[in-house]
Amino acid sequence: MSRLRSLLTDRLALGLLVLAALVLGMPALKPLFAAFFPALDRPLYEADGFLALTLDHLALAGGASLIAVLLGGAAGIAVTRPFGREFRGILDAVAAMGQTFPPVAVLAVSVPVLGFGPAPALIALTLYGLLPIVENTVAGLESVPEPVREAARGMGMGPGARLWRVELPLAAPVILAGVRTAAVVNLGTAAIASTVGAKTLGLPIIVGLNGSNPAYVIQGAVIVAALAVVLDAGFDRLAARLTRWRPGAA
Amino acid sequence: MTRVRPIHNRVALLLAAMTVAAALALPFLAFAPNRLLSGKAVALSTVAGAGWSGAALLPVALLLAVPFLRPGRVVNALYVGGGVLAAAGLVWLAGQHAVLLAATASPAARTSFGAGFWVMEAAALLAVLDGVRRLGLGPAGRVAVGALVAALIGGQFAAGHLDQLSIMKEYANQRDVFAGAVLRHAALVAAALVPTLLIGVPLGIAAQRSAAVGRLVFPVLNVVQTIPSIALFGLLLAPLSALAAAFPGLGIGGVGPVPAVIALTLYSLLPIARNTAAGLAGVPEPVREAARGIGMTPRQIFWRVEAPLALPVFLAGLRITLVQAVGLAAVAALIGAGGLGAIMFQGLFANALDLVLLGAVPVILLAVTADAALKLASALALSRLGRTAA
Repeated sequence: MSRLRSLLTDRLALGLLVLAALVLGMPALKPLFAAFFPALDRPLYEADGFLALTLDHLALAGGASLIAVLLGGAAGIAVTRPFGREFRGILDAVAAMGQTFPPVAVLAVSVPVLGFGPAPALIALTLYGLLPIVENTVAGLESVPEPVREAARGMGMGPGARLWRVELPLAAPVILAGVRTAAVVNLGTAAIASTVGAKTLGLPIIVGLNGSNPAYVIQGAVIVAALAVVLDAGFDRLAARLTRWRPGAA
Repeated sequence: MTRVRPIHNRVALLLAAMTVAAALALPFLAFAPNRLLSGKAVALSTVAGAGWSGAALLPVALLLAVPFLRPGRVVNALYVGGGVLAAAGLVWLAGQHAVLLAATASPAARTSFGAGFWVMEAAALLAVLDGVRRLGLGPAGRVAVGALVAALIGGQFAAGHLDQLSIMKEYANQRDVFAGAVLRHAALVAAALVPTLLIGVPLGIAAQRSAAVGRLVFPVLNVVQTIPSIALFGLLLAPLSALAAAFPGLGIGGVGPVPAVIALTLYSLLPIARNTAAGLAGVPEPVREAARGIGMTPRQIFWRVEAPLALPVFLAGLRITLVQAVGLAAVAALIGAGGLGAIMFQGLFANALDLVLLGAVPVILLAVTADAALKLASALALSRLGRTAA
């Protein structure tokens, strides 16, 4: 009984449940949409399955975020080491300036340079996702107090061990915040990527808007929104886990 | 005496490598028989080999030399100058070659920037950025260098030197539409800003005064902020079209500028309310007490003490809001709100790639300009505070 209650008050579990129900059960809602929009011949988007669209959407947004974490994390680590310090300033400037570029404009500009399709969209999303990750990796690593570094050195840790066992764990919450920003932006931009030839959950929305079919728009929009809520709750959970062991953390 | 020249500037070396690789391996321009066909690659060697055009690449050669020069103020000034001239020279070269190609081709033919141009142009601009940093220029100097780059490139646009490039041919076709789109875009952002300030600022003040309000308001605004724009537009479609059907006289619909402004407002509330609250929370308690001590009324304390002290943080929130709204307004074109996004998506749907640029590049410029203007305003507000305090 208490298990059930904790399930119902748990935002992540509840969100996942609603998301799964929407993705798998959308066809079952066809009569509902037919009743709400009696003027529509086709009240349910059936050109692609919602499960397939959701998986493609996740592959695009998730893949781009993952590549961005690897590249951005590596770049952030590199410019905080002695050999890469010279690149620190220019990387900061690019990360700060790049984030003022609207993601939709970056996606659109990538088409003339890279072409239509899922691969160019993946590159555009990755490039945009890099910016907050690099910025937060640098900020996180810089926030490690000097006495802590000294202590690690004093214990005889090498540069690699200091990075993996001291600096990265301490910087993790700040880095995670950057990853979160990148993932949230990528989830939304992936929806718009259906206008540049990637098959995502944005497709029913775009098709619906262009064809004056509000039912398609709503079907795509509720799943994207549910996905965003689940992602947000998931990052909340992860952030809580990362900071739980810290003294003074609630 | 050693004859080995050490590398003095590894950032410049990386940029030089980028430039050389792009010059050799990527097409500088693309030449197509009409606007919908994809173009044939035109290499930089072809472009630079035509007459004296190659002279425009001299500043690029200077940039290639910078990594090997002993650093100092002169070299760094050359670095910045070379970057500025290279950025303008590459654009000039593209425009010049487009004129040459247009002389022999049909009027429908199009010359567009190739990947090589973009990479080299980016490298030149990054060199400016890096050089300005190494030179240690202050905000005024940075603005001056930025204005110089904008003037050198904008001047070529204004003088008609780039008219044979595809993006300018699209502009010529869309001249009236374009001006209207820029105005509409700015109007969407401005229209969302009014309700945002009217609701967001009082909300922020209330949240700072009472923790209960904050606990109620911020989680809701946070959730709104995580929902992707295209989904929020979609979700507003249902209730707004229902409203429109119930009250046809209101002029509200599920599509058009009204739902766009509503969605933009919903997104803009969080940064404004959060930064209003954070700015007020940052006012030190002793300052408030001192103000009370000299007999100020609560109203005077707010307007003459708290508001000026909270202004820089508030302006930072306004900056986030504006930059975000410029981008969201572009997405709003999908629900028929118009603006620059309409040009951009029209290009995407019709596979007219230079039309995409005509819509997207001004969106980026608008966002960057809004960001720079608000950053400057924040800096001014801070320095005024500093002077008053000193």
